[in-house]
Amino acid sequence: MTANLAAILYLIAGVCFIMALRGLSSPGTARRGNLFGVIGMVVAVGTTLAQPGVDDYLWILIGLGVGGIIGTVIALKIPMTAMPQLMAGFHSLVGLAAVLVAGAALLSPEVFHIGAVGDIRFISRIEMSIGVIIGALTFTGSLVAFAKLQELVSGAPLVFPGQHLFNLLVAVAIVALAVIFCVDQSPTVFWIMTALALAFGVLMIVPIGGADMPVVISMLNSYSGWAAAGIGFTLENTVLIIVGALVGSSGAILSYIMCKAMNRSFVSVILGGFGGGGEMAELTGDKTVRPGSADDAAFIMKNASSVIIVPGYGLAVAQAQHAVREMADMLKAEGVEVRYAVHPVAGRMPGHMNVLLAEANVPYEDVFELDDINSDLPNTDVAFVVGANDVTNPLAKTDPQSPIAGMPILDVERAKTVLFVKRSLSPGYAGIDNPVFYNQNTMMLFGDAKKMAEEIVKAI
Amino acid sequence: MEHILDIHPLITAITVFVLAVFIGYYVVWSVTPALHTPLMSVTNAISSVIIVGALLAAAPMEDGVGKVLGAVAVGLAAVNIFGGFVVTQRMLAMFKKKS
Repeated sequence: MTANLAAILYLIAGVCFIMALRGLSSPGTARRGNLFGVIGMVVAVGTTLAQPGVDDYLWILIGLGVGGIIGTVIALKIPMTAMPQLMAGFHSLVGLAAVLVAGAALLSPEVFHIGAVGDIRFISRIEMSIGVIIGALTFTGSLVAFAKLQELVSGAPLVFPGQHLFNLLVAVAIVALAVIFCVDQSPTVFWIMTALALAFGVLMIVPIGGADMPVVISMLNSYSGWAAAGIGFTLENTVLIIVGALVGSSGAILSYIMCKAMNRSFVSVILGGFGGGGEMAELTGDKTVRPGSADDAAFIMKNASSVIIVPGYGLAVAQAQHAVREMADMLKAEGVEVRYAVHPVAGRMPGHMNVLLAEANVPYEDVFELDDINSDLPNTDVAFVVGANDVTNPLAKTDPQSPIAGMPILDVERAKTVLFVKRSLSPGYAGIDNPVFYNQNTMMLFGDAKKMAEEIVKAI
Repeated sequence: MEHILDIHPLITAITVFVLAVFIGYYVVWSVTPALHTPLMSVTNAISSVIIVGALLAAAPMEDGVGKVLGAVAVGLAAVNIFGGFVVTQRMLAMFKKKS
């Protein structure tokens, strides 16, 4: 295959990947988009295998076979609630693959046409350094994120005195070693630099608390893209550069959206230390609540003309999605308009709650984003909050001292009646009390979300 | 002025990169928020196109550490490619219209 033909095929693969992302603009075109992605990958891999110099297929076929089977089995078995961990795990693999490819480029540069051992082109050395550093910190950073999400380690932020200064020194050392490597291309310097970048990945993620994990996953998504782009520059491979840029910007945009949804600045998330609990703002004034039963809730909702269900991650923890959807179906049969309001951080990663609702057979036309439905809440008879708390807390609007100050919230308190399903009056993830509990128009439904929804179904 | 063929390949690569960042920016903002999780799983799958580097490293006849690294990287990227596309397909199949 000539180099020109290969370049054209790589370009076609790159276009397929752009189409894959484009397809996600609506659920109707998304599956076709995914197919474009598969086609792009087949074209890219096939073109590479037809390159001159690709002579030994044995290890390639073993790698593809073993990796393919493992990946497929994991993807078929993984529960939808574990999607954040899966993404963190997958990002770590991209990071490690980038490190290995950069290592292979150092050891056998002639394979990539970037020089010979001990005589690698200067520009390639810069590109390799960028690829290996970002790849290494993506690898270990994603492993830490995986461990936190899988609850193998505590989700609480790990902070120690002088942490930021220490991290800064490590970062400076990595850059210094990269400069030395680019000048004298010593393999020892390369591997020390890689080791430090691996350590930096761990140091970077340990201070970040569980509440900020949606940002972390998006950020690591972005880094895995930049790592791929770095390797793409080393290989002068168009499709890798295109993909790296697409994925890098995609992850960056998702990080931005998540930060905005929590009113946190990206820098403060990176510096960490948030979400460890501790500070607990005591509410003053009338703290009586109005408890209710499943029968009361069923009666109120049956006689309502519109109900908005506000789900949070607690819904998934209690495995209550199906019961709640059943409840919604029965209300619809009674002629009640039922919609779902999803906050961007309702799940554990961007769009997570939408997937969990889709899994429970909730039609996507019934699911609305925060900005699209918030103005409808004042005209709604019942807001049914289940498994959510912080995303409905009006203190975000009224108390500038609150840890969630300025966070956009769903204005459930403006609905005529608020039904709040909760196990107890304990505060949410951010460790703050919610004044909605004590409002006149709020009825607290104490109990497990799944049991409560099932009882309401029976009562209807 | 040098001839266009004298432009360093790095400049061409940077051109592609910068344009692709812009494409990524506009395409990703047009993704519906409901599909942000599939977006992440599909970007994860396609970022494993890094496998092209791994394939080249694993391909030469003569054995060496570079070849071993390449073969392992092929396996890791394959986990991601298959896993990423399959899990994306699984999720997208769940998004249904009203029956």
